[in-house]
Amino acid sequence: MTAEHKSHYFPHRHLLGIEELSAPDILHLLDLADSYVALNRRAEKKQDTLRGRTQINMFFEASTRTRTSFELAGKRLGADVINMTPTTSAIKKGETLIDTAATLNAMHPDVLVVRHPDSGAVKLLANAVNAAVINAGDGSHEHPTQALLDALTIRRRLGTLSGLTVAICGDIAHSRVARSNILLFNTLGVRVRLVAPPTLLPTAVERYGVEVHHDMREGLKDVDIVMMLRLQLERMQGSFVPSEREYFHYYGLDYDKLAMAKPDALIMHPGPMNRGVEIDSEVADDINRSVILDQVEMGVAVRQACLEVLAHNLDKSDHNQ
Amino acid sequence: MSPRLADLSIKKTRPGRVAYHNARLLDPETGLDVRGGLLTEGEFIFDLGPHVTGEGLAEDYTVVDAEGLCLAPGLVDMRAHLREPGYEHKETIHTGSRSAAAGGIATIACMPSTNPTIDDVSLVHFIERRARETSLVKVHPIAAVTKERKGEQLTELGLLSDAGAVAFSDGLNPIANANVLRRALSYGTIFDVLLIQHPEDIALSGSGVMNSSELSTRLGLPGIPAESEALMAARDIRIAEMVGGRLHIAHVTTAETIELVRRAKIRGLKITCDTAPQYFALNENAVGDYLTFAKVRPPLRSESDRQAVVAGLKDGTIDAVVSDHAPHDQDSKRQPFVQAAFGIVGLETMLPLLLETVHNRHLSLLEALATVTCRPADLLKLRAGRLQKGFPADLVLFDPDLAWRIDRKAFQSKSKNSPFDERPVMGRALRTVVSGRTVMAFSDED
Repeated sequence: MTAEHKSHYFPHRHLLGIEELSAPDILHLLDLADSYVALNRRAEKKQDTLRGRTQINMFFEASTRTRTSFELAGKRLGADVINMTPTTSAIKKGETLIDTAATLNAMHPDVLVVRHPDSGAVKLLANAVNAAVINAGDGSHEHPTQALLDALTIRRRLGTLSGLTVAICGDIAHSRVARSNILLFNTLGVRVRLVAPPTLLPTAVERYGVEVHHDMREGLKDVDIVMMLRLQLERMQGSFVPSEREYFHYYGLDYDKLAMAKPDALIMHPGPMNRGVEIDSEVADDINRSVILDQVEMGVAVRQACLEVLAHNLDKSDHNQ
Repeated sequence: MSPRLADLSIKKTRPGRVAYHNARLLDPETGLDVRGGLLTEGEFIFDLGPHVTGEGLAEDYTVVDAEGLCLAPGLVDMRAHLREPGYEHKETIHTGSRSAAAGGIATIACMPSTNPTIDDVSLVHFIERRARETSLVKVHPIAAVTKERKGEQLTELGLLSDAGAVAFSDGLNPIANANVLRRALSYGTIFDVLLIQHPEDIALSGSGVMNSSELSTRLGLPGIPAESEALMAARDIRIAEMVGGRLHIAHVTTAETIELVRRAKIRGLKITCDTAPQYFALNENAVGDYLTFAKVRPPLRSESDRQAVVAGLKDGTIDAVVSDHAPHDQDSKRQPFVQAAFGIVGLETMLPLLLETVHNRHLSLLEALATVTCRPADLLKLRAGRLQKGFPADLVLFDPDLAWRIDRKAFQSKSKNSPFDERPVMGRALRTVVSGRTVMAFSDED
């Protein structure tokens, strides 16, 4: 990496949320990730930044793409990577999160990548371990690496972030992706609109410096980026919205509604998509507009950047007891 | 300095005669606030006033110099969870009573949030027997309104009252069915029972774990709207208006609920309510970064609601302050916020937190004390909470200006779940007397 990258000291032991990051922190991570994008396109991808380090991916909630992305990121940096899915074993036996953390800690991991269904749980675990902890999504709270990879995708496509307008559409209330993105966009000067029915918006969200729209056409007017969120199917069966059909009619992204956005507006989705529910299949596959696969590629690079900055702050000494 | 608690053998001793002199005597009911002394004989107050000094007393008097400190009626806490039977790993009647004694509380009404719940005469007898055998303070059971607190079938309100239940409540399971509440209030009028209802529309609260607000959105936690309290209170008040009965609304926390009670009182209804210290001493910001010790039901509210609670205490809309003591073991609280148990321990922090309203000049000392002495005693129809001749010798000696820092590790309670840990406060109970016997006194040793 260049000297310029090294010059920014990353002042955090863990990466728990975008909320704790400053604009220089975020830009530093994005710059670093840019260099990894180039590296990842080469035949020889392996680095030794994390050689000798152990990374444990703990996913208390099912995930394929995020876990794989973190696994690849760790392996390409030379770490020994282990995946754990505690949902099936210890947790069912009644072990508490703190117990699990203490057990893991005794194995001296260097980095823990944690996803948990409860907001705040990753922080709780981080307080109980010596390793650097990366939040890979906690409840409805934060998913910082997703926000970073979204920002990187946009910056590489449009050349800049500040001054753009993004519309985040769908289930904002239950979305950690939306929260992390709102925080990141606010920090970097991106204008944010939220498009959702009131039942899928959290309390007092208008105080977060965003524009709220219930009419998707209005919300998409002249935006640079349309970011769609996944809506869990069980929330569409009468509890939050009356039906999938009605939801798609008013809030699904199709060419008709997309026409309100800028002609070259990007389409993003954190995946996995519900085709035909929140996004029309053709729109999702539109190679000129949809950057959904770019997001996946950027995901690995951003996670490598995060691992690298945290590795620099790891204790370099040996521990003898 | 630390509180010294009596052991249970004290209950077998004769209380004898004690003279407390050089005290500031406080009786919230009559407004008495004078320098003087107080004599106890056996389990009762024999005499008190400026004429009582340490001089000229018969030889068998034990003489206590109050050193100018406040002597008030032993505090009456009309709602605490003592967890026995069923959850003895969180608290027992014995440990709860030690915690009360350390906090200057002489009388506790305990909630039926036990397992089994207190919905049968034999269980009322059980609580009374355990209290007799193991408690340092007076304990009166609150019985369930409905069988198993399911909100369906009424318990034997009459027989339970006769057995000693001082009030009825389904705890944190509010009676959702309006018709059941209507019958409970209506039938309860025969025995003039006090029905304590937790005001919450459970359906509206959904899976909420904290106040619904900008903060809950930031933390990604499901919120409990303030309206869910006011809605239930409004409905309950209307039902009480329809059929009569004494409805007491537990722990009011929002401006809207307090306004509803205020208007009900103006209309002449027998509606009363209480609140707990956390609702006037903290707001939702105490939740901070997922602090589970600040997870409580009802949740800590906004700053404007907190101010409304203070105003409600000031104008007397809120009749009583309760500890709402809800002990939880460490494992119930060392959890992700969503999974952690609701509740705060409160017996040992009630008095100093209440005195904050005095130091902040919102309430006079006597007004503040009334909320934890004569007013709750009257609601429960207990002969307690008075510094008057012939009343039980339940007393608290306290220094209203003593500065100290709350230390949860030093609690007598089995549980330590307090968001007030390390809070600097002013005022502390230095001696608690129950039925003429000193059950807690501060000592300079250790």
